[in-house]
Amino acid sequence: MAEPLSDQVEEGPGPARTDEGPESAVRALRNGLRVYGLIVAMWVRSTMTYRASFLMTTLAGFTVTALDFIAILLMFSHVDALGGYSLGEIAFLYGAVGTAFGLTDLTMGSVDRLGRRIRDGTLDALLVRPAPVLAQFAADRFALRRLGRITQGLLVLTYGLVTVDVDWTPLKALMVPMMVLSGSVIFAAVFVAGAAFQFWAQDAAEVQSSFTYGGSTLLQYPPTVFAEDLVRGVTFIVPLAFVNWLPALYVLGRPYPLDLPQQLAFAPPLVAAVCCWAAALAWRAGLRSYRSTGS
Amino acid sequence: MADTADMIEVDGVEKVFTVRRRAGLLRREKREVRAVDGISFRVARGEMVGYIGPNGAGKSTTIKMLTGILTPSGGRVRVAGIDPARERTRLARRIGVVFGQRTTLWWDLPLKDSYRLAHRMYRIPDRRFRENLDRCVELLDLAELLDVPVRQLSLGQRMRGDIAAALLHDPEVLYLDEPTIGLDVISKAKVRGFLRRLNEENGTTVLLTTHDLTDIEQLCGRVMVIDHGRLMYEGSLDGLHEAGGSERTLVVDLERELPPMVTELARTVRVEGPRQWLAFPAAQSAAPLVAALAERYPVADLSVREPEIETVIAKMYAERPAPAPDQESDPDPDPDPDPDPVPVSGG
Repeated sequence: MAEPLSDQVEEGPGPARTDEGPESAVRALRNGLRVYGLIVAMWVRSTMTYRASFLMTTLAGFTVTALDFIAILLMFSHVDALGGYSLGEIAFLYGAVGTAFGLTDLTMGSVDRLGRRIRDGTLDALLVRPAPVLAQFAADRFALRRLGRITQGLLVLTYGLVTVDVDWTPLKALMVPMMVLSGSVIFAAVFVAGAAFQFWAQDAAEVQSSFTYGGSTLLQYPPTVFAEDLVRGVTFIVPLAFVNWLPALYVLGRPYPLDLPQQLAFAPPLVAAVCCWAAALAWRAGLRSYRSTGS
Repeated sequence: MADTADMIEVDGVEKVFTVRRRAGLLRREKREVRAVDGISFRVARGEMVGYIGPNGAGKSTTIKMLTGILTPSGGRVRVAGIDPARERTRLARRIGVVFGQRTTLWWDLPLKDSYRLAHRMYRIPDRRFRENLDRCVELLDLAELLDVPVRQLSLGQRMRGDIAAALLHDPEVLYLDEPTIGLDVISKAKVRGFLRRLNEENGTTVLLTTHDLTDIEQLCGRVMVIDHGRLMYEGSLDGLHEAGGSERTLVVDLERELPPMVTELARTVRVEGPRQWLAFPAAQSAAPLVAALAERYPVADLSVREPEIETVIAKMYAERPAPAPDQESDPDPDPDPDPDPVPVSGG
């Protein structure tokens, strides 16, 4: 629980400051975080009244995501390397992105419901409460069972870290939590930007899923598996590559695709910050457009 | 600014929506709909005002601008001295909103969870929260509903739950958008009684939109009529009936089929078997008419129908030039409720 909330501090409901008036941005952010916490606590309490059901669904989530990795294991029972990467290295890539995505899914997983909320008019209910919309919205239906996905990601990541053949330096060791956290924040920004897009195109949830879920699947494999153009597109258009590949390849001591400079391995926190800024702008613009056009 | 006499100030407010419509294969046609077209009014502190009009007249759009959900395209709005569009969250602490169609409660959770969250979210002092909740639970009959998930509540129960949720933080202004829509007669009476008491005891300013003229009759000292985004009438309900020359209808079931009844107090407008419909001026009491009929005819049953808002407004138009006919569609779709038959005792 500590981790998802600290992730929330970095990204979280900040962009929802829609009142550009006298109310200070800092106060709005603090209020947003507070309300996020209140709503999350409400849902957790409600989940915990049905402990058995919670354990079952968490276990189910864990199993489903575990099967995903088992598919990769099966592949490796036939080949020794995939795109030149060993099983340990793949596990490292997979585990890091799985954990990052799991964190985002836990903390922000509800934001893709915006389109439905706009269509059925329930967004208005959030707009009449004294709290930023995004904070209320991200915390809605907070599902602790999504911890299953994070657990699976962490297990695979641990397996990868133990198996890979790396000369560990403090810098490389620091790189691992940095890439998971920045990755989670980048995912969150993509989630929010995607949600903001739904202000204009209310059926765009599908488009967003292709970026987030599709993106996460893509990153579970090394870049050499995919065509160069696709890789370039992913690196430059959607900064998802920063989530995983660049820092991971640095840790593994592997050459970069497209001859990118090594220093990019340290870029993720910066990229995450830029993504948050962009997502915040998109969200604000979306909300403003909603408030001037109605449902 | 807290001590201005007027709680709500609306000056020349407009809301223009751009509607895109498919015209042909690729071409999209843009069209402007003026949902609210230059409205000005004042609501004094502690006043209870009805805001009525047909479907798509601009009622809900106005309410949304008064809460800060929508930003006006033009004009000036102040609620408790605050500009709603600019300071939506600051205003939110001072207003309560009930949407008849949609709940502001947390759908999948027990009713009490919504209240507990409001307690923290609005930072209501513990004692105040307790008092307000107890009072709402008592007057709105919520005791047995507190542990029920909101989605399992009936419409009337949910509406009462919503009203309580809107009042826990002691709002100075309460907006009610169709608070009695779809409710049965008993729930309606309960809701009306509660609102009247709230207004008398707390001095809460209330602005309510409705389709039901009975709501207005029982609650509001003043009524504003909006149609095609313009304010058509402002004043008392009796004045509205006079201005529109509106009529109530007495539906009489006779013991057997008879020729149309004759009385100087009303005119018979329809006969169907033993049932007859008599129209009489809305401002006039039904009692003398009922007495006169019962004396001369074998009456089995009676009921009075209030005029529908649509009819009253249509009659007002008959006496005024109609506005430009270019505005058709519905930027603010309200459902179409049935007019209430009001039972008359002693039939």
